[in-house]
Amino acid sequence: MEFSSNNLKIFFRHICEIIMAIIAVFFFTTLILRLAGAPPFEAYYHIFKGSLGSWNKFAHVINAWIPLTLCACGLLYTFRIGLWNIGVEGQMMMGAVFTTYILRTGVESDMPIFFLSLSFVAGIIGGGIWAMIAGFLKTKGGVNEIFAGLGMNFVAQGIILWLIFGPWKRPGIASMSGTELFPSKLWLSYLSAIRLSPAGLFLALTALLMTALILRYARIGLNLKAIGSNPDAAYLFGLKPGRWMLLAMIFAGGFAGLAGSIQVTGVYHRLLPAISSNYGYLALLVVMLANYNVWIAPAVAFFFACLNVGSIQLPMMLQLDSSLSGVIQGTLVLATLGIHAWRSSRQLPLTPDQ
Amino acid sequence: MTIELNFTILFASVIAGAVPIVLAALGETITEKAGLINLSLDGSILLSAMTAFVVAFETDSLVMGFVSGAAAGAMVAAVVAVFSIYLGQSQVAVGFVLTLMTRDLAYFMGNSYSRLQGPQVWPLPIPLLKDIPFLGPVFFNHNLPVYLSLLLIAFCWWYIYRTPRGLELRAVGEHPGAAYARGISPQKVQLFYAVCGGLLVGLAGAAFSLSVKPGWGRPQGAEGTGWIALAIVIFGGWHPIKVALGAYFFSFLQVLGIYLQGWFPSVPAQVFQVAPFPLMIFTLLLMGLVQKDSVLRRVENKPWMKSVIKIFSGTAPSSLGRPYKPD
Repeated sequence: MEFSSNNLKIFFRHICEIIMAIIAVFFFTTLILRLAGAPPFEAYYHIFKGSLGSWNKFAHVINAWIPLTLCACGLLYTFRIGLWNIGVEGQMMMGAVFTTYILRTGVESDMPIFFLSLSFVAGIIGGGIWAMIAGFLKTKGGVNEIFAGLGMNFVAQGIILWLIFGPWKRPGIASMSGTELFPSKLWLSYLSAIRLSPAGLFLALTALLMTALILRYARIGLNLKAIGSNPDAAYLFGLKPGRWMLLAMIFAGGFAGLAGSIQVTGVYHRLLPAISSNYGYLALLVVMLANYNVWIAPAVAFFFACLNVGSIQLPMMLQLDSSLSGVIQGTLVLATLGIHAWRSSRQLPLTPDQ
Repeated sequence: MTIELNFTILFASVIAGAVPIVLAALGETITEKAGLINLSLDGSILLSAMTAFVVAFETDSLVMGFVSGAAAGAMVAAVVAVFSIYLGQSQVAVGFVLTLMTRDLAYFMGNSYSRLQGPQVWPLPIPLLKDIPFLGPVFFNHNLPVYLSLLLIAFCWWYIYRTPRGLELRAVGEHPGAAYARGISPQKVQLFYAVCGGLLVGLAGAAFSLSVKPGWGRPQGAEGTGWIALAIVIFGGWHPIKVALGAYFFSFLQVLGIYLQGWFPSVPAQVFQVAPFPLMIFTLLLMGLVQKDSVLRRVENKPWMKSVIKIFSGTAPSSLGRPYKPD
């Protein structure tokens, strides 16, 4: 690529846009904090210190980054074919449920590694099945995938609650704190200093690489994109949109299910009602802010994970609700969409010179 | 342990409990009739519930509470509309982001008002009418928001189907190009009805925090209502009266959940709260299936099946979700 003056202009305009989005969000959140009667800069400081202030906090960030990235990877497939897989949240929950089921059968056994590996497979299958149901509802039943997915999320939440209070309740008293803790032989091994499991990190990075390769170089990626951009033309070309939609959904569900597995085996070591921690919904924002780009997504996911983990400090330190992170994340996406729109309304082409 | 079913109380609580769903679903119907999808309902209901409660608490005025709640709903709707109509962004994307953002904003801003005792709408039985057996307690022994919701159902139907302005609204939703050729600005009309719909959604939120589930907290209890309202609009085939009936049906399910909980105390309450959602999927599935040619052909010579199908059929405004750009 030649480094022409035009490219330079484009680069600087990109930088300008990002700076503008951040400034807009900064003003908005500062205003919100002022309205809530809180010192804005102290709040920002606590978020920063609570996420990157120590290795221990950093490990928490990575633990949030892993499911976010996995879900974002899955969503890239469904977005590419033009589906709004809002059901990613429930797919993650079902992954966790299937994983818990396998681990429960493995509590007595002396082959923990076998059951751990099996539980990951089960998680992927669980998420995949849940996504497939939504996919069938969309392709065969004509149910909009947003409502199908959303309904399935609530159903998955209901199943988890029923399991925790019913068949899988901990001996003695069932409570919102979840099922009984698994014996530590069934935990994903972690670095004891900072409670971070390398296996989870490895799986997330593999998923990222795999997604990048598939979407960029494999035929699947091309077909998904073809159907996403023009279903009618793709159909005439011999591609059956329904089948490919199902495939994309299964991919998304599989990744989300894996994320749910890691939440159980690597983070919480039990099933609890908030096992998905809203990471599925948040991953939708991640992918949107990353402009559906597989390489930007992990960076955005890291930033969002920092916000999520850092804002946990707010209730303790400043008696604020931790949902400030959600406000920042949402406004950031909105601001970026707005600036993007403003950019395209000026109708200056932004593709670099070839 | 059995809890006795009293049909009068059951129906009265269905009518009263349905107020937010009816208001929100009607608001969304108006918006979607004009061709715009406001997906942010679940969050904007919470944001307006918070705003209404906080304002009513601070000013000690219920009217101010309802007004500010409606304003909050209208503002969120206006953001969706402007992003979609004037900035050309995906309505679904913007709506979804706003769903999450406004919910978090509501939790954040309302934090210091959690679990406070605030003003509440008082009951206002209508004299004479309330003494009619059965109908009286069911329809006329409520508070103002309930009467407002009942009146609005009729008003929306009348407005959309019987007035020139309603015709304009439908024209923009069905065929904005033709409306434009007739001298109507589809963009302005869509923005206007998005804001109108948002006002109703805001009222729905206010009805939650000031009447149906008084107070504020995390969770408030309104979570999920917005999504149900969105599904009910499809379920009701974009027809205000059918939409309202759908809302009452779902309210009935929720009330039934409370009874069921009494009958099966071992099952956690949360399980009954998700019960409407599988049903929502099922009804949407039925609606999707009856629009398929293969299914239609199979029931061609079965008149009773045809009438069943007629209940579930309803077509979306033709240009729903596709913003119009004048040349």
